[in-house]
Amino acid sequence: MKFIYQTWWKVLAVVLIFYTLIAGFLIGVPRLPILHETIRNTYFHVPMWIAMFTVFTISVIYSIKYLQTGKEEYDLLAVECANTGLFFFVIGLVTGMLWAKYAWGAYWSNDPKQNSAAIAFLLYCAYMVLRNSIDEEQKRGKISAIYNIFAFPIMVVLIMVLPRLTDSLHPGNGGNPAFGKLDLDNRMRIVLYPAFIAWSLMSVWIATIRYRIRLIEYKKNSID
Amino acid sequence: MRLFNETYNLLKKEILLEWRSKYAFNGVLLYIVSTVFICYISFNLNPGFRSSQGYPIVWNILFWIIMLFASVNAIAKSFMQESKARLLYYYTIARPQAIILSKTIYNAMLMGLLSVLALIVYMVFFTNDVGDLLFYFIAVLLGSISFSTVFTMISAIASKAGNNGTLMAILSFPVIVPVILLLIKVSKAAMDGLDRAESYGTMGVLLAINAIVISTSLILFPYLWRD
Repeated sequence: MKFIYQTWWKVLAVVLIFYTLIAGFLIGVPRLPILHETIRNTYFHVPMWIAMFTVFTISVIYSIKYLQTGKEEYDLLAVECANTGLFFFVIGLVTGMLWAKYAWGAYWSNDPKQNSAAIAFLLYCAYMVLRNSIDEEQKRGKISAIYNIFAFPIMVVLIMVLPRLTDSLHPGNGGNPAFGKLDLDNRMRIVLYPAFIAWSLMSVWIATIRYRIRLIEYKKNSID
Repeated sequence: MRLFNETYNLLKKEILLEWRSKYAFNGVLLYIVSTVFICYISFNLNPGFRSSQGYPIVWNILFWIIMLFASVNAIAKSFMQESKARLLYYYTIARPQAIILSKTIYNAMLMGLLSVLALIVYMVFFTNDVGDLLFYFIAVLLGSISFSTVFTMISAIASKAGNNGTLMAILSFPVIVPVILLLIKVSKAAMDGLDRAESYGTMGVLLAINAIVISTSLILFPYLWRD
């Protein structure tokens, strides 16, 4: 837990994000049919999902830790990671929808990936509602941790497995150009991979700040 | 071996209790039949529905929607009907895995039986040509097993969190969506009489989801059952 109080990775996150912002707009991109310059959205849309996965994974890890130890801090961290994940989920969806308006002609076009993402959103909203429905702190922590662990594999199936089984408009599915092996050249890789790291660190940073605020509130409210 | 024994005895007890009262069975059966009948009269208010182009698609999806709501209602009861004292008694005689396993198997058996009956009733009211009837029945059985594995665990969670039906629905619907999408795909292929080999991949994914759900329930239920 010392990691969250250190500074170096926060500096790294900021530096990398500025790098991807500048390099993402200036470095050349391959010219592909349909996509053209909108391919630059890859630098901003995909890292949001990576960031979301990062915090959701951390959330599940701390839910497991909470079940093992029963420490209140772990529960707070798990819920704040899930909150941050929902935030990045919304940004990921919005950046995708804006791009889809230009590439596909509509914000929402019944694409399997879009639908799966919407269902995953419902899953985590249900987690939040479940938390609100229980008053007793320890019971709330335990039951919501169980639901969180139960929901995570389903979310992975929804977003990673199901869309690949059907044809989709989404790049990377159904023969559409995407950042697969063939379409992504090295010029894009040097921006995209740092962007993954940068936004993941950013999401962790946001989650830890929220967690520290909650921790202060929790300590203030406790009796001793 | 002890786990197997405990599961077997608890399962026997569940079936015996159900056999004596027949409450869940009759209740859900009546629920399904009345829903089917309501759908039947509502759809037939519009003349020409039977011969319309989208009829087979509506036929397939409507059946799964009815089954979804029926199984949520049936399985939501599985932990709520247990009194606190009886749960306390279970803690002393059986391990948690045996309890969740016996409930899941019992629900799967109940829902399997009910869904086959439901399909027969449904086919009486809504006539349709099913290309591969046997495969459709297999898809329905697979569906009822999948519903049972997911809903049993969710009902255990919901029963700990205040026992209301709304919570059961909002917790379970997002989880069941991937299952129901795959089921509609398999059953549509069976209805159209496509080659069975084409559905094996989808059924494999469905079985894999079931395996994940059962193993996570076995791991998580021991943390859940004690207050």
